[in-house]
Amino acid sequence: MTVTQRPDAQHPGTSPEAPARPAPGPVEGVVLRVRHVLRGLRPLLGPVATTVKYASILIACAVAIIPLVTVFMASFKTKEEFATTDPLTPPENWLNLDNFVAAFTEGGMLRGFLNTTVILVVALVGTILIGTMTAYAVDRFDFRGRRLVMGAFLLATLVPAVTTQVATFQVVNGLGLFNTRWAAIVLFMGTDIISIYIFLQFMRGISRSLDEAAMLDGANRLTIYARIIFPLLRPAVATVVIVKGIAIYNEYYIPFLYMPSRDLGVVSTSLFRFMGPFGAQWEIISAGAVLVIVPTLVAFLLLQRQIYSGLTSGATK
Amino acid sequence: MSTVSSPVRGTVSRATATPAPAPPRRGPGRGLRVTPWLFLVAPLGLLVLFTYVPVANMVWYSFTSWDGMAPVKEPVGLDNYVRIFTDPDMFTVFLVSLYYLAGAFLQLALALYFATILSFNTRFRNLFKGIIFFPYLINGVAIGLVFLFFLRPGGTLDAVLGLVGVTAPPQWLGNPDLVNVSLAGTSVWRYMGLNFVLFLGAIQSIPNELYEAADLDGATSWQKFRYIIAPGIKQVIGLTTILAISGSLAVFEIPWIMTGGANGSTTFVIQTVQQAFEFKKFGLASAMAVVLLLIVLLVTWIQRRIIPDEKVDLT
Repeated sequence: MTVTQRPDAQHPGTSPEAPARPAPGPVEGVVLRVRHVLRGLRPLLGPVATTVKYASILIACAVAIIPLVTVFMASFKTKEEFATTDPLTPPENWLNLDNFVAAFTEGGMLRGFLNTTVILVVALVGTILIGTMTAYAVDRFDFRGRRLVMGAFLLATLVPAVTTQVATFQVVNGLGLFNTRWAAIVLFMGTDIISIYIFLQFMRGISRSLDEAAMLDGANRLTIYARIIFPLLRPAVATVVIVKGIAIYNEYYIPFLYMPSRDLGVVSTSLFRFMGPFGAQWEIISAGAVLVIVPTLVAFLLLQRQIYSGLTSGATK
Repeated sequence: MSTVSSPVRGTVSRATATPAPAPPRRGPGRGLRVTPWLFLVAPLGLLVLFTYVPVANMVWYSFTSWDGMAPVKEPVGLDNYVRIFTDPDMFTVFLVSLYYLAGAFLQLALALYFATILSFNTRFRNLFKGIIFFPYLINGVAIGLVFLFFLRPGGTLDAVLGLVGVTAPPQWLGNPDLVNVSLAGTSVWRYMGLNFVLFLGAIQSIPNELYEAADLDGATSWQKFRYIIAPGIKQVIGLTTILAISGSLAVFEIPWIMTGGANGSTTFVIQTVQQAFEFKKFGLASAMAVVLLLIVLLVTWIQRRIIPDEKVDLT
C-alpha cells in the first residue's frame, strides 16, 4: 500500500486505483469535504478523543466499583448508623466487625464455607481424573467407536444443564443422592465437558514419541497415563482447577435444587438464606456478601493471568 | 476442529508404529482392546447418567401429566406443548426474555467499545481491565444482594441520583414497568466483563504489523477498527452473540434471587422450576424444558451455518 497524500483520497487500505476514480458526485463530494475538514481538525480532535476515551473508561470503572464499595462500607456500620446515614457515607468505625461475626455465626456462613470446601476439593479431584482419563483414551488409542465417543461428548456440550434439571432431579433422587453432598459433587464431575476439551487440546501438544519410548521400555498404559501423561498435563490441570473452582464456588442452582437442608448449605445457599431472618438488616446482609466476595477478589489478584487465559480457553473451547 | 484433525493424526501414528522394532504382541492398538474402554467407563457412565438419560426422560415426561411422584405416568399427547404456546400466563415469559436480549446486545456493544479503546495505547490498562472484568467472577447470590442494596428505595442508586439533583427516583424493583429493565441492567453489569476480556484477547492476537502499516498510511482509530479489528474478531463476535441469545433465554439466578419472579419478572427458567417443584407439574415443566432446549439447539445450529469453523486470515 502506498501512502496517498491527496486530501480527497480514499482512506488507506481500500484500493490502489483510488486516484483513477471518476470525478466525485455531489453526495460523495460532501463526504469528501467533511473528511477534509475532519482531517484539518485532527490536531484538535486528538485531545478531545483522548478525553472522551478516559472519561468513558472512568465511568465504566465507577459503575463497576460503586455498587461494591457501598456494600463494603455498609458492612462496617452499626444498626443505628446504617439507619441514619446515606449509603455513600463511609462508616465511622472501620474496625467494627460485629456484622461479620453475626454473619459467620448466626448466618451460618462458617458452615457454608466448610461445605463448599469439601465439595470443591472432591469435585475438582474427580473432574481432573475423569477429564484426563477421557482425553488420554480418546487421543492416544485407535479403537472402534472412538468417533462415537467423541461425538457423544461434543453433542452434550450443546445441552444447557439448566434445561435438563427437571429430569436430572429424578435421576439424582433415584440414586438416593438427594439432600447429600454427593448430589452436587457427582453433578459437578459428570456434566463438565469443557474441562475434557481443555485436557484434550493440551494433550494433542504432548509428543507421542514419549508414549512410544515408554512402551518400548515395557510400561503399560496405566503407567504411561499416571507417570508420563498426567505430570505433563499439569498446566492444563491448573487451568481447570481455576476455572472450575470459580464456577463451583459461585454455583447456586445445583445446591439450591439438590441440597435444601440447612446443614448442607454452601456459600451461595447460605448467603441466599440471609434474606429471610435478617430481613431488613442490611448491614449484616452486606457483611455476608463481603465475606463471599473477598475470597474471589484475593484469588483474582493472585491469579489474574491464569484466570484470563483459562476463561478464554474455556469459553471459546 | 478436533474431529477433523484426529483421524489424520491417527494414521500418522500407526504409520510410525508399524516399523517399530518389537512386533506388536497384543493386536493393532498395542494394548488390549478393552484398555481404552477401561479409561472411559467412569466418564461415559457419568455422561450417560447425567446428560443423556435426563434428556431422554425429559422428552418422555413432556408427553405425560406426571406429578413427579405417582407410579403411573398418564400420557396426554401434545397437551403440554399446546398449553405453552396458547396459555397467556405461559408465553408472556418469552416477552421477559426480550429485555435480557436487548441487555445482551447492549452488553456486547459496550464490551466491544471498551475492548477496542483499551487495545490502543492506554495508561493503567491492566488496572482498568481488571476493574471492568472483576464483576464477572463474583458469586451470583452476592451480586443479587449487592444490587438489591443498590436499587432499593433510598439505596445507592437513589443516593447517587440525589447528588445530581434527582429527588423523586422511581421504584427500581417495585415498578412492574421498570423491574425487568433493572434486572437486565444487573445482568449486563455481571456479564459484560467476560465479553470484554474475550474481545480484548482476540484484538490483541491480531499481528502488530497491521496496525503499524495502518499508522504509516495515516489511518484513524475508526478506520483501524473498521478494517483491521472488526474483521479480525468476527468469529469471537459471532460466538458471543449466540451465547448471549441462548443466555438471555436461560436467565435464572439474577431475577430469582432479587425478586423471586415477582412483579412480572418471571423468566422462562423460573417458570419451569416453579411448575416442577412448587406445583408438581413435571409433565408441563419437562415440555417447557424441551422447548428451551430446542430453541438453544436451533440457535447453535444457525451459528454453525453462518460462521464457518475456520480462522480468518488477515494478512
